[in-house]
Parts: sequence; C-alpha cells; structure tokens
Amino acid sequence: MNLKNTWPIYYKKDVISHYCPGCGHGIVHRIVAELLEELGVGDRAIGVNPAGCAVLAYKYFDVDMIESAHGRGTAIATGIKRMRPDLFVFTYQGDGDLAAIGTAESLHSANRGEQIAVIFINNAVYGMTGGQMAPTTLLQQTTTTTPRGRNAQFDGYPLHLTDALAGFPGVTYAERVAIDGPAGVQKTKKALRNAFQCQIDGLGYSIIEVLSPCPTNWKMTPVDSFKWIKDVMSKEFPTGVLADRREERRQHAG
Amino acid sequence: MNKVFISGNHAFAEAAIRAGCTSYFGYPITPQNELGEYMSAHLPDHGGVFIQSESETAAINMVIGAACTGARAMTSSSSPGISLKQEGISFLAGFELPAVIVNVMRGGPGLGNIAPAQGDYYQATRGGGHGDYRTPVLAPESVQEVADLTYDAFDLADRYRTPVMVLGDGMLGQMKEPVVFPETRTSLPEKEWALKGRGDGASRYMASLILDALEMERHNWKLVRKYREIQKNEVRYEAYMMDDAEIVAVAYGTTARIAKGAIKRVRKDGIKAGLIRPLTLWPFPTGIIQDLSQKIPSFVVFEMSTGQMVDDVKMALEGRSRVYFHGRPGGIIPTPAEFARILYREYMLLKKG
Amino acid sequence: MEKCKGCELCVHFCKKDALQISEELNSHGYHYAEANPGGECTACMVCTLVCPDLAIEVYNE
Repeated sequence: MNLKNTWPIYYKKDVISHYCPGCGHGIVHRIVAELLEELGVGDRAIGVNPAGCAVLAYKYFDVDMIESAHGRGTAIATGIKRMRPDLFVFTYQGDGDLAAIGTAESLHSANRGEQIAVIFINNAVYGMTGGQMAPTTLLQQTTTTTPRGRNAQFDGYPLHLTDALAGFPGVTYAERVAIDGPAGVQKTKKALRNAFQCQIDGLGYSIIEVLSPCPTNWKMTPVDSFKWIKDVMSKEFPTGVLADRREERRQHAG
Repeated sequence: MNKVFISGNHAFAEAAIRAGCTSYFGYPITPQNELGEYMSAHLPDHGGVFIQSESETAAINMVIGAACTGARAMTSSSSPGISLKQEGISFLAGFELPAVIVNVMRGGPGLGNIAPAQGDYYQATRGGGHGDYRTPVLAPESVQEVADLTYDAFDLADRYRTPVMVLGDGMLGQMKEPVVFPETRTSLPEKEWALKGRGDGASRYMASLILDALEMERHNWKLVRKYREIQKNEVRYEAYMMDDAEIVAVAYGTTARIAKGAIKRVRKDGIKAGLIRPLTLWPFPTGIIQDLSQKIPSFVVFEMSTGQMVDDVKMALEGRSRVYFHGRPGGIIPTPAEFARILYREYMLLKKG
Repeated sequence: MEKCKGCELCVHFCKKDALQISEELNSHGYHYAEANPGGECTACMVCTLVCPDLAIEVYNE
C-alpha cells in the first residue's frame, strides 16, 4: 500500500486550519503549495497575505510570508520583487482587499506590469468581518450591509476588476476560474500554474480570479455553495482566459 | 564630492543615496517634489529602484516590501501625504522594520498651503498612526544637517529596526546652502532577520497581527524597551550661547535659525539669551531641559505652529519655570526681529521679578 | 479524521460511493467523513481535489 497524495512540503505539517467547513481557501492553499513544489520555487518564494480570512495564511503556507495592511498587498509585493527580482513573489487577496480598499494598488501594479502573481479569491462577500457586501456581491444578493439585497441604484454593480485589468497592456496573463467541482479545481490549478510560470519565465504580471465558496456567509451547505458558483455566480463572472500576452512578451524578449 | 551648493530637497536624496538607500517610492507633493525628481534621476545610476507610486499610501507599502527584504528604503512627502502614510508607519513599527520617511512640512490642516510650517510635530512625535509605538524624529535646521541627519537616519533605523522620520519644512526643502556630504557607504551589514525565501531552512513570516492579547502585550513592552534604549542613547540637541544664559529659547528646524538670529540681536543689548535646539524631537531632550529648570526661570518656545513642541517643554519643566509660547502657523515665516521683541519682553518681565 | 470538518464535499463528488459521513464526532465536534465499506474506491483522487482540509489520504493497493 502506498500513499498517493503526500502532504505538500510547502504546507505546514498537520495544521488544522481555522477556515470554515467547505471554504475555498483550503482548496486554493493546497493548490498553491503543490504548485510551489512542482515548479520548484517554494524555497525562494515570498507570499503576501491579506487582511481577511486569509490573514492567517502564514500559518499554513510553509514559505516566507509577510502580512499586508488591507489592500496593500500588491504594493508590498512590488517593493519585494523590485528589490529581489530573483525571488518568487505572490499575493493572495480577497475581494475587499484587492477590489475595494486595494483598488489603486491592484490597478497600478498591473499597469506597471510588476513581475508578480496575484491570486484573487472572489467569494462575493466580506467573510472575516461577518458577511458584508463586497465589490463583487451580485445584484439582489443579501449580505449584512445589503439586507434588502444589493441594489444597483444605491450600491452599484458587481465589480469586474479582473476584466478591466485584462485590458491593460501591462498585464501578461489574466484568467478567471471557479471552485465549482473537481473539474473547476483542476482548472484552477492549471490557471495558477500558468500564472506562476509567467513569473518564472520573466514574462510579467498575472492575475487569477478564483470564484470561491463561502458557505458560512452565503448561508448554504458547502455542496450547495459549489452549485451556487456554477449556476449563479459564474453567470455574472464567467470563467475563462481574460488576457494572454505571453506570446507577445516572449517575442519581445527573444 | 567637496562642498556643493544644493537645495534641501536634493540634499535629502543625495544623502540617502550615499547612506546606501537602494529604494525610493514616493508621490509628488509640494514643497518636496524635487526630492523624488532627484531620486528618479540618480537612484537608478547607483543600482537603486525608483518608483513614482500611485499614492503616498502605496509608497509607504512599497517601502514595507523593500524593507522586509533588508533593503534601505525611503519615502518622502509633505504633511497631507504623511497623513496618508500613518497606517504604514504603524505597520513598520509593529513589524520592526527599518525605513526612513521624510516630511517636508507645509501649512495645514487639510490641504493647507505650500508654505513652510511646523504643524506636524504632534503627528511625528506622538505616533500619528494608531497603536503603542514611537518614531524617532530628526529635525535638521540647515541643508548641511539635512544631509547629515538623513544619512544618520538610515543607521538609526537599522540599528533599532524602526521607522525614522526626518522632519523638515518647505523652506529647508527649497533653499540652497553649501554642503559637504558624508562618504558613500560601500558596504552594509547583513540583516539576519530579512525575508529571502526559506531556502534550506524554516520559513519565516513577518506579522504585526498578534491575536493573543498576552503575546501582544509582551510585544508592546518589548517595543517600549527598545524605545527606552533609544531615549537613553540617541538624544541630540544643540546648546547655543548657553554658557551664561538667563533666559532660554527652545526651537527646532528653520524656527531655530530665526531664533538664533534673534538671540544675536538681543545679546547686543546685553540680554543673556540662549537656545536649546532639539535635533531629535523624539526622543525629546527632556534631560537638559529638566537640568536647566533648576536655574533658568524663564523659557520661550518658538514654533511655526500654534504650539505643539511647547507641550514637551512644559512636561520636561514639570512646572518649575515660566514658559512663554510664540508661534506663527499657516506658512508664515517669522523674522528675527519679531522673536527678538519677544525675548526682550520676556527678559524684562524676568528682571522685574 | 481529526482534520475533517464534515463539509461533505468528498461524499457528494465521489462517484463510487466510497465515502460517507460518520455517526461519530471528532474532537472538534464535526461528523467526519470516513470510508464507506460498501463503496469501491478506485483512487481517482477526486475527493482529495475538493477537500479543503487535506483530510483524506488515498492509498493504492
């Protein structure tokens, strides 16, 4: 008998995370740890964790990590990567971190084409603080600050930041994926692999938006959360590659 | 480089480069734009990184990123922009990361104006950002001191793993004076604590988040022990014409230059005035003022503000001497004649008994 | 067993009925997922894909 799935070396041994049952963070954390190992960059990686449920991500990733003030992860990552271009730098951010308070930093680091990988966990709600509206909350979705449902007139529309960033020439690779089943998980890993490889190859900035379940704040079971992503959230935020300028970069470099 | 005729803003930058600063992030704001411009022109020539960030907030966070890798990192701004950096400065203090932040003060509050002022003393010395921390603050009075103190600021920051502020004002930033710069640092000690990727060893993380209150308290007291060390070792002040002084002025930066001019004037009329000029606003030179309070009955505090440093003077005096405050806020630059009148009047009051 | 939070994703996505939720509670108070002796695990690894907690070990015989 041999074990098919060994514990990822870049995931702290035997931790039991604080994440809720069925939370997407656990899945993406595992994928990231696996990729750091498969691509051989874990030893020279520095991750930047957000404010939000993943503020404790440094308890799980077994790589050098630095905490960030809410939203500033991409600015911190910029400082790190510019000083140490030899290191592998990634940010791991939620929808509030990246698309609300951190909008300017997210936008400008993308515009400058910083050589970083940005992991954007979109669960359409502010998880850690108890379920308030996020920029990506869907219309009519109830949250603790949209108790009557999100109303376009007062609350604006679900924000498609990744789509906007995809149009920037500074962005090399942008893709949206969804944790909506085993196939979605596979696609997420593939997308993150592309993003990480992008930095390894020196091709520039990448962002992967992951539609991620938040059963607790959506008030659903984990299984139903996966369904909601597939049936509802993906309609507002369709998955797919939003920008791919890798070939252009390769030709430019070569 | 021998003696050069250079502006304060340029001197901040040149001194930083010579001190081994390899990263500068900043956003334009008057009256310190020339600092960033100089950095954009010269820092890359020395192998450094310059980024004009999207905001002052982004800049201080880029500083955090650079600093955590062990690099000597700097940002600069003026009053309103420094307000934007407060969260980042608090984080730097919590992380125990070294960095240099230059504030070239202007009139305030709010948008204020672009003329020189000293209205950010509270902000600089009382934290400005949230939480239990202190920031060493250096206050140059001349372009030579801009160079010297900025150069020292990097050493201070590294020695104690703390953000350090260099506090100037618009006049200092804009004016040109002759300067002899210190030698360029060719090597800097390795920083064991810097993040470099875990390599063969254990991973490390830098966090200012400490959820366990007991642990957080421990961290707070640890910071206090550090601040006490700084208070013990790093106080700097100038005693100007203090040998026979009967009335003592206290002022810093540009205001101190003006006060010196006033003291020279009144001395001609036989008034024995002197000046204590703090070079470190935090740690404040409480000791010398306390000592002086035993024999000096009258102090005059001059500031280009409505009165902020005067609190520290009063605290140091513990009620033993009279303190008269004279300030001009809002970007007004006082004159030596104005200060001389105040000194004259205070001296007369003193002599009347 | 101790890592499992009873989210039931593995049970839902397993096509071979190889997993089930236990009647018992682990020390964290969750009804954990366990192997269903009636099911036929083919080591397809789907459960490990959807498990957020690295709580499943899959063995090849």
